Amino acid sequence: MTAQVLFKNRHPDRIATLAEYRHSGGYEALAKVLADSSRQQVQQVLTDAVLLGRGGAAFPAGVKLSTVAADAPYPRYVVCNADEMEPGTFKDRVLIHADPHQLLEGICLAGFAVDAHEGIIFIRPEYEGAARILEREIALAEKEGLLGQNILGSGFDFDIIVHRSGGRYICGEVTAQLNAIMGRRPNPQQPPPYPTEKGLWDRPTVLQNVETLCCMPHIVRNGADWFKGLARTESGAGTKIFGISGRVRRPGCFELPMGVRLSEIIENHAGGMAEGSRFKACLPGGASTGFLPAEHYDIPMDFESLKQAGNRLGTGAIMVFDHRTCLVGVTLNLMEFFARESCGWCTPCREGLPVIRELLREIEEGRGKPEYVGVLKEMGRHLWNAYCAFAPGAAAPLESLLAHFADEVQEHIERKACPFG
Amino acid sequence: MLPENLKKELQDRIAAVDHPRELVVDVLFALQAHYGFVTDEAVEEAAGLLGMTPMEVDEVATFYTFVYRRPVGKYVIHVCDSVICWLEGGRSLQEYLSQKLSIAPGETTADGLFTLLPVCCIGYCDRAPAMLINKKVYGPLTPETIDQLLDELREAH
Ligand SMILES: Cc1cc2nc3c(=O)[nH]c(=O)nc-3n(C[C@H](O)[C@H](O)[C@H](O)COP(=O)(O)O)c2cc1C
Ligand code: SF4
Ligand code: FES
Repeated sequence: MTAQVLFKNRHPDRIATLAEYRHSGGYEALAKVLADSSRQQVQQVLTDAVLLGRGGAAFPAGVKLSTVAADAPYPRYVVCNADEMEPGTFKDRVLIHADPHQLLEGICLAGFAVDAHEGIIFIRPEYEGAARILEREIALAEKEGLLGQNILGSGFDFDIIVHRSGGRYICGEVTAQLNAIMGRRPNPQQPPPYPTEKGLWDRPTVLQNVETLCCMPHIVRNGADWFKGLARTESGAGTKIFGISGRVRRPGCFELPMGVRLSEIIENHAGGMAEGSRFKACLPGGASTGFLPAEHYDIPMDFESLKQAGNRLGTGAIMVFDHRTCLVGVTLNLMEFFARESCGWCTPCREGLPVIRELLREIEEGRGKPEYVGVLKEMGRHLWNAYCAFAPGAAAPLESLLAHFADEVQEHIERKACPFG
Repeated sequence: MLPENLKKELQDRIAAVDHPRELVVDVLFALQAHYGFVTDEAVEEAAGLLGMTPMEVDEVATFYTFVYRRPVGKYVIHVCDSVICWLEGGRSLQEYLSQKLSIAPGETTADGLFTLLPVCCIGYCDRAPAMLINKKVYGPLTPETIDQLLDELREAH
């Protein structure tokens, strides 16, 4: 059993209570910083711990917090991104259901670090159950003086509200999410100004992923070196929640050291490959990462190692495909997703994705022509000219299919049928 | 027309926040619960309550998957058609649902009970193939569990 930090209080059948969380050291970090720390000290320990954003972009959390200037205007906001709409990703839901106060304490600590007094949890409609848990637990924390006015007698005020989304993948992107919260049509907004300078209602806003925030209390309480030491690799820090799905025996969420090998996750934690299945490829970190071929079966799963392999750790949502899975079919499905969820703001994405989807459909259904491959490559390049990171995300599976599984695509075209039936 | 008590409840919530329009999705959900879907009248009413133009409200209303601008049944079945559910046989389950309910995706049964809407990954890939009925999750699904569920919902009605 590896060290359980974020899942320390996880039970298979119920939510950890506030009492359990406190018993395990919960809210000690908050009490400590309120008593004797400065904002800069909190920012510094998070920076030293190399806590990289768990929402996909791997931006250092401490650095982000420190970009809110000391003399920035008020009110300031912390937004917790619980949108989690990328196919294959479900870790944030599991984290909230396991130990909701860990998240609440993390949001409050981030608030302290930038002297914000309001936190907003942005949550997708499919997670209505989690939204209700959070509202209930916020009220409990307020009753115990852990949230709200004058927290633990320190004079620091911090409120958290739950903001329900109407449900659309682009709302997970920072600037689109801020527009969504402000009741505007949630199209992205290219910086500058950066949200930490002018975010919600033109005020400084720090937005972090659920898992990133959940790490914060533990780092503040146990220190940066402890956190770095949790990782298996020199280049990693902390633990990571890996959500694994697809062709494995036991899909689910596992908390493992950053840098654990992919093979170990599959074999020791997910119960191995499904009956009769052989590993062919996986998407290592959600729908907007590339196919990782079998030659990387033993890769250490951290941000740096995947970057070196020309891929991304993303959200750590591992989707496993076996020797019987048609990767053209998988990519077609992903392009259906991206084409449907495109916010429609810019041309390369809005117009390009449907074309890509239809070309792939032709190939998958046996009507593909050899020249389609070149067109797909060119269309993939155009996606990089789009307005936000959504379209380059869509390019990742497409481009890696064409790079690593060109034979499979070719076979579809030559046989005029899907070789997998 | 909105009943007075619902109107009052929404007005109170709106009065309690700094920026009324941050509640636009909540208000649309409340009106949807009342009317069954977001009618043109509901768009006007939401705009009035929030101090927005109907156009601004509709820009938001038409964007979101869970805000229905057209009539839906009492039970809205959102069946996941994203990659992991697809891998686990989701497409044939969607066809099964279509056939059982005698409706195509996007349609509502004649008795007004069920609407079938394919959606993107609902975040329960560990329970694939999965679906939501009125925001409650079910999975992993089989034709048998679907039969049972539909029967229960019909009976409950
Ligand atoms: C299209 C798109 C969707 C995204 N969806 C999410 C999401 O659901 N949850 C999330 O935490 N980050 C998501 N992100 C990443 C966010 O933009 C942002 O980088 C992240 O939430 C910042 O938090 P972190 O630094 O703690 O990871 C998305 C990005 C893009 C481009
Ligand atoms: S890339 Fe796609 S999602 Fe992003 S702004 Fe353009 S159309 Fe919208
Ligand atoms: S792919 Fe269906 S729930 Fe995620």
